[in-house]
Amino acid sequence: MEKIGVFVCHCGLNIAGTVDVKKVAEAISGYRDVAHAEEYKYMCSDPGQNLVIKAIKEKGLTGLVVAACSPTLHETTFRKAAQRAGLNPYKVEIANIREQCSWVHDDKALATSKAIKIVRTMVEKVRGDSPLETIKVDVTKKALVIGGGISGIQAALDIANSGYPVILVERQPSIGGHMAQLSETFPTLDCSQCILTPKMVDVSKHPNITLHTYSEVEDVSGYVGNFKVRIKKKAAYVDRDKCTGCGLCSEKCPSKNNSSEFERGMAFRKAIYTPFPQAVPNKPVIDRENCTYFQTGKCGVCAKVCTVGAINYEQQDEMIEEQVGSIVIATGYEVHPVSKFAEYGYGTIPDVIDGLQFERMLSASGPTEGEVKRPSDGKTPKEVVFIQCAGSRDPEKYFPYCSKICCMYTAKHAKLYKHKVHDGQPYVFYIDIRAGGKKYEEFVQQAIEEEKVVYLRGKVSRIYRDGDKVMVCGEDTLLGKKVEIAADLVVLASAITAQTDSRELAQKLKAAVDEFGFFSEAHPKLRPVESNTGGFFLAGAAQAPKDIPEAVAQASATAAKVTALFSGKYLEHEPIVATVVEDLCSGCRICVPACPYGAREYDKEKKVARVNEVLCEGCGACVSACASGATQQNNFSDQQFYEMISTALEESNV
Amino acid sequence: MFEPKMICFYCKWCTYTGADLAGTSRMKYLPNGVVLKSMCSSRIDPQHILEAFKKGADGVLIGGCHYGDCHYVTGNQLTHNRVAMLQKILPDFGIDPHRLRIEWISAAEGAKLVKVINTFTEDLRAMGPRRSK
Repeated sequence: MEKIGVFVCHCGLNIAGTVDVKKVAEAISGYRDVAHAEEYKYMCSDPGQNLVIKAIKEKGLTGLVVAACSPTLHETTFRKAAQRAGLNPYKVEIANIREQCSWVHDDKALATSKAIKIVRTMVEKVRGDSPLETIKVDVTKKALVIGGGISGIQAALDIANSGYPVILVERQPSIGGHMAQLSETFPTLDCSQCILTPKMVDVSKHPNITLHTYSEVEDVSGYVGNFKVRIKKKAAYVDRDKCTGCGLCSEKCPSKNNSSEFERGMAFRKAIYTPFPQAVPNKPVIDRENCTYFQTGKCGVCAKVCTVGAINYEQQDEMIEEQVGSIVIATGYEVHPVSKFAEYGYGTIPDVIDGLQFERMLSASGPTEGEVKRPSDGKTPKEVVFIQCAGSRDPEKYFPYCSKICCMYTAKHAKLYKHKVHDGQPYVFYIDIRAGGKKYEEFVQQAIEEEKVVYLRGKVSRIYRDGDKVMVCGEDTLLGKKVEIAADLVVLASAITAQTDSRELAQKLKAAVDEFGFFSEAHPKLRPVESNTGGFFLAGAAQAPKDIPEAVAQASATAAKVTALFSGKYLEHEPIVATVVEDLCSGCRICVPACPYGAREYDKEKKVARVNEVLCEGCGACVSACASGATQQNNFSDQQFYEMISTALEESNV
Repeated sequence: MFEPKMICFYCKWCTYTGADLAGTSRMKYLPNGVVLKSMCSSRIDPQHILEAFKKGADGVLIGGCHYGDCHYVTGNQLTHNRVAMLQKILPDFGIDPHRLRIEWISAAEGAKLVKVINTFTEDLRAMGPRRSK
């Protein structure tokens, strides 16, 4: 038989002012299994806690109900006190007679009678509570970072510098991401390559980092602390151990008219190539689709010129299996392509380009070696129109959200253009200028005041070609006038979007994405770098559009979360999880889709459903789904609910 | 005056915390309900609700997080479906489906909780004691 102690707190007059606490204690003594009942002025004080401890020890109490304030305040206090007295903390419940009784009612008789009902229902709960132990899970102290842009690089370096091994997976032939494509960065105008490439080298040289480029995550199974990951290392047809990165193969490759992804279609690359000269690793890959050898069986020039015999046309995709404890998702963003914009010519006007293409044009290592030349005829453009919010903040046609970085990079583009073409005139069409950030507003103001960039508030309705000019029709809403500019070049600040295949990746990882494909954080304010699925953390633009400082800060935050996860001997998990009585389970599997965490699985051999205790967050959705009562939740069992319901409805006779 | 007996199932994260807020804000409401807390409203089985009616409850209130705010992602959607289903078959048990109410009350909506409890209590008073047909 249970021996339950009930302790009624006065909370000064906060409870005792409305609830007759003496009467509550009297009414409960002698109630089912109640072996001890008393009241005290401040239960949470040291003397109060000592009363509890003393009673547990002297009367050998097996359960505790503390009738006091909300459990959010002192549940932990009394569970710890019970533990000190040798009682299992999960045999302690709080009857909330302050926030949900004395403070919300005026009538003393009614409040007292309600308090008695509340205490009784909690006595019933404790009677059914099992003594539980927290679930301890071993942790593989190794992290996987998906994506080798600036966020992934920062996360990998921070985790590696804390002493834990990291696997960094990047699907392109080189790490660096979009930041490697940028010319200069706002608001300081320091060269992107100069600040990024040393970090890329650090990654490749770090003893704790294993780098898999030209690789993709195929499959993830397991749970926080114990993930099994399969990584596909795509065939590069180059033996990366033998290759010295001399570049002779690319130089001699006769297939030269392949659009360069890194140059965003503004230049050509060979069929055997490294995306850019500072690539890490600086080893080429063969683009099979455009390789003469693979398409016709004739050529083999690269193999002939390679002095170390690194070319291997027989190379196959390789599968790598790894065990990790935690995963950082840093898969970055894409830019909405110009070809999607009807009003801007669907990408048919060669002198309408996007911001990333303009970055390549401005870059000293880009296709024009940093000179501004328009794509159609290579002439230096004298009038350039920049259009902000191309696709952003446009819920009817494109995306409702703000892409966040465009105001700043457009100001930067206009400035850099002026630095290169002194007699040129930049125009910027904008909806609002959003320049929140350290030195950001000053940067934009300087573009307007010192560099004489013309800012026009309004949207562009149409772009068409007229001779060698690009006609831009819009409206200056501040003057209420129609504007038409005969431009030489138009640069669209295209919307930042999630990676087009982010949903597929999310499915593999069992992590949530929002309606636009950005990975969802567990809480928008308090858990901004965690995914809802345990063990996954989010860094950079994979979560939402953000600039470099924010991406880096978030990446470092994920590293802090990962190292915190790795810092203990094991992970501790709340034990109020779902359980299965196998004899009752019919194997109907209705519990499996009810679980939002993938914690319910079907055991094909035994033909029963199971619970993965580590993944179970204890919501109980599967328990109510179970028709046979085979699934129960620890300390929230059906039996407990039934007892509590009848007790709550009993007349209290006071 | 007839005083109805009510069982109020609150989820821990939103409605229970909203009820705490009503308390800390010293709002007043009618004392007819007894609160049973679960981690998520999706733990509430239609059988729990039927049990409450069987044991003499005049009304049952389910309180959960707003859509999109569920601490367990999709739990409140399951609850909504189960309650809607049960409301359809309650007349077969001789129970007026209006005696079962579901409300989304966030941790910040103490005032909404007060309003829900008071109007539900008044409605149940107007309906009178429950008897089987």
